[in-house]
Amino acid sequence: MELEALYQEIILDHYRHPHHKGLQAEFDAEVHHVNPTCGDEVTVRVSLGTDGAQTVTEVTHDGQGCSISQASTSVMTDLVTGRPLADALVTQEEFLALMQSRGAAEPDEEILEDAVAFVGVAKYPARIKCALLGWMAFKDAAAQAAAAKEMA
Amino acid sequence: MSADVAGSLSVVRPELDVSFDVAAVKADFPILSRTVRGGHRLVYLDSGATSQKPRQVLDAERSYYEQHNAAVHRGAHQLAEEATDDYEAARATISAFIGAPADEIVFTKNATEGINLVAYAMSNAATSGAESARFVVGPGDSIVVTEMEHHANLVPWQMLAQRTGATLRWLSLTDDGRLDLDDLDTVVDGSTKLLAFTHQSNVLGTVNPVDVLVARAREVGALVLVDACQSVPHQPVDVAALGADFVVFSGHKMLGPTGIGVLWGRYDLLAAMPPFLTGGSMIEVVRMEGTTFTVPPQRFEAGVPNTAQAIGLGAACDYLSALGGGAGMAAVAAHEHHLTGLALSQLGEIPGVRIIGPATTEARGGAVSFVVDGIHPHDVGQVLDDRGVEVRVGHHCAWPLTRRYGVPATTRASFYLYNDDADVAALVSAVRHAQTFFQVA
Repeated sequence: MELEALYQEIILDHYRHPHHKGLQAEFDAEVHHVNPTCGDEVTVRVSLGTDGAQTVTEVTHDGQGCSISQASTSVMTDLVTGRPLADALVTQEEFLALMQSRGAAEPDEEILEDAVAFVGVAKYPARIKCALLGWMAFKDAAAQAAAAKEMA
Repeated sequence: MSADVAGSLSVVRPELDVSFDVAAVKADFPILSRTVRGGHRLVYLDSGATSQKPRQVLDAERSYYEQHNAAVHRGAHQLAEEATDDYEAARATISAFIGAPADEIVFTKNATEGINLVAYAMSNAATSGAESARFVVGPGDSIVVTEMEHHANLVPWQMLAQRTGATLRWLSLTDDGRLDLDDLDTVVDGSTKLLAFTHQSNVLGTVNPVDVLVARAREVGALVLVDACQSVPHQPVDVAALGADFVVFSGHKMLGPTGIGVLWGRYDLLAAMPPFLTGGSMIEVVRMEGTTFTVPPQRFEAGVPNTAQAIGLGAACDYLSALGGGAGMAAVAAHEHHLTGLALSQLGEIPGVRIIGPATTEARGGAVSFVVDGIHPHDVGQVLDDRGVEVRVGHHCAWPLTRRYGVPATTRASFYLYNDDADVAALVSAVRHAQTFFQVA
């Protein structure tokens, strides 16, 4: 069944029990992104460490959306938290490339870990924006957080 | 409805005497014989977004391009004459379809453009002659819409208000999906220059009481624009009986091609209204110092128009008019009334499914929006699509409306003449399957 390939168990698990949901009180940057075609929305808050590598110390989210957008955001927070910002952005780029592959790419499990479960989404162009919603919000928030750190 | 009838493709309801052979209609639409998603029969329930096209419409466009193609209303060669004749014949057919004289029909690219045409003409009125004074709006004036409008009948008025300093007001909605008319007399008052509302909601299916709204607008001297995108394709509409000043609709939602829409306006209003798009073929005399404009409808049709599309829309009107032995739109409305009743009762029976909109078929068209507890509409739509059931999910370009009902989005099934009881059964079965798949039932 195509449906099982799209909605892998790991996605449904994250959808039912999202990680890092609920916004942290202290943060370096907050962004609010929407998917104007369906009305899904997400707020992401990011905190970066003061070390030279700018470690992503905390990422939380809140919002509403379909299983794909909610689960993808949840997986994203797992993959970037505790990582140097540069590494986190490599993962973000890899996920973006996977989504834009129209299903032709072989996902790099070493980089993407649990996010490889979204490989089926790439075959449904209308759902790619759902899967990218949280990831693009993170990229935006991380850039703002890094800029804020530099200003300080 | 028995299982036996639900499985048959032909719907016969002798009490209405406007029935037609749905199987024969289906056979006119080539796309309905294809399969989707790994061999599933196509169950197309998204006609509210755009309709499918019968062979007769496709043939009309092809024949125009193969036999008569030329730029209309310019040139004197034989093809130019034939193309102009075909284009104007389509105008006559389409105007007759809604009970209007041909010179009150302006071709646009769609209803969105028709609404923008009026909105921009109203701002252009501020810098035009005295004859267009009644279109001028400014500070102290109000423009009134409703909370159930498609963005196409909301955003252009927000922008007009922003450009002119006028105030935008709106009529709110009741919990059961109707316009709340309790404060009609205070929202539409002496300051109101224009009242714009949908005839039939693209989300709720609600058919609005045009007579009540028009009567109030007349009391205060306001112009009335009716968005008929969801009514002209689905029920008999006679613009003279509606009593509005402007009516817009899109061809692609009524079996016609994309790229063609209609703005109907009272001739005296069109004659006094400044143009929106300017350029070739809408002029009277052009000098380097300035230009005068020709009469309607050409005044509002700058540039070479979407000719084949207008001709295709004319063929679509002919197709609809001929249904049910000439019963035409009455037959379409009766058929959809039947399907809507089936869908409302069968979806309404499913625990965890909530209809957003009127629960009965009274004053209601065939757009049925619903939410399924525990499953986001995007995911409902995905499961339906996996079974070949093609519906719309999202806010349906009516975001304030979905917000009003406290849902981020809905799933919407919308019916048309080529749908049948088996399509409703496929929808209901797929919704139940979605509940099983996501383990919410």
